[in-house]
Amino acid sequence: MQKKLIVSAAPYLHNHAATTQRIMLSVVIALLPTAAAAVWFFGGNALMLIVVAVVSAVAAEYIWQKLTHKPVTVSDMSAVVTGLLLAFNLPANAPWWLAAVGSFLAIILIKQLFGGLGQNFMNPALAARAILMLSWTGLMAANVLPHAGQWAAPVALDAVSVATPLTHGATGFTLWQLFYGDVPGMIGETCKITLLLGGVFLLVFRVIDWRIPVSFIATVAVAYFIKTGTLYSMESGAQNVLYQLLSGGLIIGAVFMATDYVTSPITGIGKLIMGVGCGVLLFVIREFSSYPEGCSFAILFMNVLTPLIDRFTGSKPFGFEKQENPAKEAKA
Amino acid sequence: MKKKKSMRSVFLNGIFGENPIFRMLLGMCPTLAVSTAVFQGIGMGLATTFVLVFSNLVIALLRNIIPDKVRIPAFIVVIATFVTIVDLMLKAFIPSLSQSLGIFIPLIVVNCIIFARAEAFASKNSVLLSVTDGLGMGLGFTVSITLLSACRELLGNGTLLGAQVMPETFQPMAIALRPPGGFIMLGILLLIINASSKAIVKRREAKAKEAEL
Repeated sequence: MQKKLIVSAAPYLHNHAATTQRIMLSVVIALLPTAAAAVWFFGGNALMLIVVAVVSAVAAEYIWQKLTHKPVTVSDMSAVVTGLLLAFNLPANAPWWLAAVGSFLAIILIKQLFGGLGQNFMNPALAARAILMLSWTGLMAANVLPHAGQWAAPVALDAVSVATPLTHGATGFTLWQLFYGDVPGMIGETCKITLLLGGVFLLVFRVIDWRIPVSFIATVAVAYFIKTGTLYSMESGAQNVLYQLLSGGLIIGAVFMATDYVTSPITGIGKLIMGVGCGVLLFVIREFSSYPEGCSFAILFMNVLTPLIDRFTGSKPFGFEKQENPAKEAKA
Repeated sequence: MKKKKSMRSVFLNGIFGENPIFRMLLGMCPTLAVSTAVFQGIGMGLATTFVLVFSNLVIALLRNIIPDKVRIPAFIVVIATFVTIVDLMLKAFIPSLSQSLGIFIPLIVVNCIIFARAEAFASKNSVLLSVTDGLGMGLGFTVSITLLSACRELLGNGTLLGAQVMPETFQPMAIALRPPGGFIMLGILLLIINASSKAIVKRREAKAKEAEL
C-alpha cells in the first residue's frame, strides 16, 4: 500500500516516441538536402569532408566509450549530427585531417570529457570549429569559389581565393546568389534554400522550437535595419538587411546550432533571450571586430550563458509565494 | 608527538604526493602563462626552485623569532628578497630568458606555491627538512611546467627546445600556444595523471589483498 502513494517529481507525461535516436534522426534528415547542396556546389572534396567528419565522430564516440567502459551510445545518432554539422563548417579546400581532428575534438574534448550527451556546456561542433579556426586560420578561410554541378572538378588547393560575401567591402553577389548558395563560404552554410527547408521540416515535426531561430534572425534584421535603413537595394552593396541575413553562417547557426537542446535554455522566455543575445552578439562581431563573421562565437557565448538564463527564467511553482524582504518590512 | 618525517619522503612528496601543479593546482598563473616553450618552462621552474629553497631556509631559521601576528609580511619580505636576486641575476646572465619571462619573474613574489610552503611547512619544521621540502616542491614544479610546456611547444610549434621534432608536413596547432590551449592542455594532463594514479592505487590495493589471502 505504501508504495503506491509515492509522489514522484514532474513531468508525469512521457512522450515515448521522442527518443534521442528519433530526434537526432530527424535532424540528420533535415540536414541531408544541405549535404547534397554542399556536394553540388563544392564537388567531391565536400563529399569527402562530410564522410570523414561523420565517420570519425562516430568512431571517436565508440572508441572513447569502449576505453572508459561506458555503455556505447553510438546508435543514438548524436555523433552523426555533430559530424555533419562540423563538416558543414569547413571550407571546401580543407584537408581531410582537419575534419578528422575536428570531429575527435568535438566528441572527446567537448562532449565526452564533460560527461557525454546532455552534459556538454557548448555545442560540440561549434566549439570544435572555434578551435580549428584559432589553430589553422589559413586552412579555415572560406574563400573557394563554388562550381555548381561540376562533380569531378578537382578543388584546386590555394588556387582560387576570393573575398567571401562578408569580407569588408565585398559587394559582388546578388541576392539570388546568396539565397541559392552560389557564393564562397563554408560548404554547408551557403545554400539557404536547403537550410530553410530543413528548418521548416524540424519546425513542423516539432523537433525544434520557433523561438530561438526567429528571435535570432529577427534581432539581426532589426539591428541591420537600424544601422543601414534599407531593406534591400542594389546600390547599397552589403549594407542592407537582406544581404546580411543571407550571408555567412546566420541561417545554419540559427536553425541547427543555436537550437541544440543541451546548450540552449529550456524555458520559452529563456529561448527568446538566447535568440536575441545571439543576434546582438552576431551584429557586434560582424560590425566591430576583426572577424568578418561571428555566428559561431555568438552562439558559443550564449551557450555558456544558458545555465544562467535557465536559472533566472525558471517557472514559479504553483502556490509559491516570494518571501517578503524582512528589511523592507521592518522599514514599513 | 608528531610522526617524524624522513628527508626522502619530504623530498618525494613535492614531486609526487603533493605536486604543486598536478596535485595542489597551485601557481596556475605562471604555469599557464609561460608554458608556451620548453626553455621558458625550465627557466621559470628553476627560478621558482631557487626562491623556494632559500625562502624556506631563511623562514625555517627565523621561525621561532617571527611573531605570529606579523608572519605574513615577514614571509613576503623574505620571498621578495630572493625574487629580486633571481630577477637581477637573470637580467645579468641570461637576458634572453629574462626578456621572454618578463613580468612573471617579479611575480614569483606572489606565487602561492612559495607562500604555501612557507606557511605550511617552513614555519613549522627544521631547517634541513624545510630546505629538502623546498627542493622537492621546486623540482616538482619544474618537472610539471616543463612537461606542460613540452606538450604545448610540440603541438603549437612542432619543436622541442627550439629544435624541429615533428615532420615538415606537420601543421602546427596554433591554439596550443594561446591561453585557451594552455587551459585545455593542463586539463588533459591532469586527466591522464589522475587516471593513471588511480589505476596504480587500484593495482596496489589488489596486490595487498592478494598478499593477505
